[in-house]
Amino acid sequence: MSTTTTRDLARPAPAKASKAKPRRGLRGSSTFNFWLFTGPFLVGLVIFVYVPIGWSIWLSFFEARFTVTPDKFVGFENYRFMLDDNDFVGSLGTFTVFAAFIVPTTWALSLGLALLVNRLRFMRAFFRSVFFLPTACSYVAASLIWKMSIFNGVRFGLANTVIGWFGVDNIAWLANPDPPWYWLVILTARLWLQSGFFMILFLAALQNIPSELYEAAAIDGAKPGWQTFWYITLPQLRATSTAVVLLLLVAAYQAFDEFFNLLSKTTWGRPPLVELYYTALGQNQDYGAGSAGAVMLTLLIVIVTLFQGKLMGFGRGDESK
Amino acid sequence: MSAMSSNWDRRSLFKAAAGLAAAGTLAACGSNNGRSDSGGSGTNLTQFFHAYGEAGTEQAIKKYAAAYDKAKVNTQWITGSDFESKLFATLLTKNAPDLFEFHPQIQLVKSGQVADLTDIIDPVKDDFNPADITSHTVDGKIYGVRMIDDPQFFFYRPSLLEKAGVKVPTTLDELIEAAAKLTTSKVKGLFLGNDLHAVINPMIWSAGADTLDDKNQIAYHTDGVIEGIKKMRTLFTSGDLLLDAPADYWDASALNQGLCAMQFCGMWAMPQFQQTLGDDIGVFPFPKVTDSGKPSVYNGGWSMFVNAKGENVEAAKAYVKWLWLDQKTYQEDWATSYGFHIPPRTSIAASATKLKSGLPAEGVKLFTDYGHFDNIGWTQAMITALEDVFANSVRKGGDPEASLDKADKTVNRELKKLFG
Repeated sequence: MSTTTTRDLARPAPAKASKAKPRRGLRGSSTFNFWLFTGPFLVGLVIFVYVPIGWSIWLSFFEARFTVTPDKFVGFENYRFMLDDNDFVGSLGTFTVFAAFIVPTTWALSLGLALLVNRLRFMRAFFRSVFFLPTACSYVAASLIWKMSIFNGVRFGLANTVIGWFGVDNIAWLANPDPPWYWLVILTARLWLQSGFFMILFLAALQNIPSELYEAAAIDGAKPGWQTFWYITLPQLRATSTAVVLLLLVAAYQAFDEFFNLLSKTTWGRPPLVELYYTALGQNQDYGAGSAGAVMLTLLIVIVTLFQGKLMGFGRGDESK
Repeated sequence: MSAMSSNWDRRSLFKAAAGLAAAGTLAACGSNNGRSDSGGSGTNLTQFFHAYGEAGTEQAIKKYAAAYDKAKVNTQWITGSDFESKLFATLLTKNAPDLFEFHPQIQLVKSGQVADLTDIIDPVKDDFNPADITSHTVDGKIYGVRMIDDPQFFFYRPSLLEKAGVKVPTTLDELIEAAAKLTTSKVKGLFLGNDLHAVINPMIWSAGADTLDDKNQIAYHTDGVIEGIKKMRTLFTSGDLLLDAPADYWDASALNQGLCAMQFCGMWAMPQFQQTLGDDIGVFPFPKVTDSGKPSVYNGGWSMFVNAKGENVEAAKAYVKWLWLDQKTYQEDWATSYGFHIPPRTSIAASATKLKSGLPAEGVKLFTDYGHFDNIGWTQAMITALEDVFANSVRKGGDPEASLDKADKTVNRELKKLFG
């Protein structure tokens, strides 16, 4: 209102551009802009997400062996089969073990790295890049390096060479489930691959904490170090931490590449996606049972995510805190 | 919101539709189906091969294809260990190959994925190893052409056995003892592959059992097999077995690099062993597991199939006939020039001079004396079921009886679906 009044009172000399015709095209229509930017993604979402989900639900009620256009309706038989399958149920246990370790460990490691890098007075960009670079590495490539160069079971594998210096015999890291050394291989690979990414998130959050808070705390007598971290830094990182935990949990559910490449064709250490791969796309080619498992897994992820969001307050506005 | 509504006119709708169409066009740009353009004439055929370990194989297959003038034949050379997964998944799509190599399995026939090749094979059927014809036959119809037979057995270093005072093992117990005596701080006694899958069937046969019997019923669940699994567990935990080697059993590296003294492998790797170890190489079959058993050799191999649901079934059959039935020179080249394989055609096997003497001749003798061929009724799901038995009982230490019971459940489910 005031703007209009001002213009009326003291209209500036019209700019040359204002004589032009009303703007059209890219900047002239918000509807066009909306579709331009969201349309391709919407089409992709429908084709590559919603249609497969719908198709998968449909397949889960049919006997679909070696076909994705089945005609034999079997009701909940595929669901019963998957729930009766110890391997599928066991894969949920594998995921639980994996998530219970990898989520807090990655959270702590990436936060620790962010704190260290944030404190650096020189070469900060260098170290930030060094820790972030593994993120650019493919999980498959990293798995193969871990499997064939670092953790192979022969005397010239890197890990066996190192333990050999201390007189320890060669270890078959991946072939032998007892003791379960394969967890060490899998967890180190994932920590190496994903910690740098979450470090960047924490680093951005750390740099957004107002320095006045620390100054005020110092005036109030807070000791630098642990006390400041616990009462100032950590609470200020709450929103980022919540998002990081959620992302880590989803990533843990989606674990596939390193498990598939490091533990090919074992009956242990199979997270749900690897188990479903072997059921639906592996030798068995049972798309009905695989789809039933996928539907159950999706429901489980939705429930866990909603629970985690409620527990940690993800998505709540400031006013509801 | 009102602003949005006011802009929602015909022009905006047209623009939005144009944007979506453009997105669709962009999406379509990615439709690479692996087939090259035919240039407007001729038939295009696509064939799938897994990546053979022997140098020159890919070039050889492409050379054969280039020599065919009735169609343009493109080869997709699929690397990685999950060839079958990629093949089966692709067979469900429009990018399915017209021809592909695989092992004879009845579910391919039952699901209508492979074409009947009886008419092209019949005229030369008698020139094939009869076992190779049987293993590709369902209800009197032949569904694939065997390209190569691949006997698998043990390769060993005679010098190392002599040094350790060990004789060539004739029983599984002797094999376990030999592995222990041959193990040093730097060399393991034996390599059976990282997951032991390659020796599952040989162990069953050497225990006097079989995967399925003549009536397509379970024949592996016997006391002899249980005894064998227990012995394999002893071997696995002995510390005398090479585990987690960088290359798997099918590669000659473990024995050639001095990581082990004995290795289970295929005859395909024989030239590589000879090239590295010279005369210090011998072969023996999987030894008998029980007194009632007898030594065995798995005669693996690869066969060519035609995709029955493809658009060029007749053209693909014509190519199969030309290459794998008419071109004997290429067939011998394929079997003996890139690693040693046994040609399934009796006439070619008889004339293959490279297989007539020395170690190759010994391999052929083991193939003849102790060979077991693929059973077309033994499907991938059944193979996986017994792999799980080995994983759970040999590698994990579970109860063999319980593991076999679990496998029985899977195999019977499969058998019921396939044979009623």
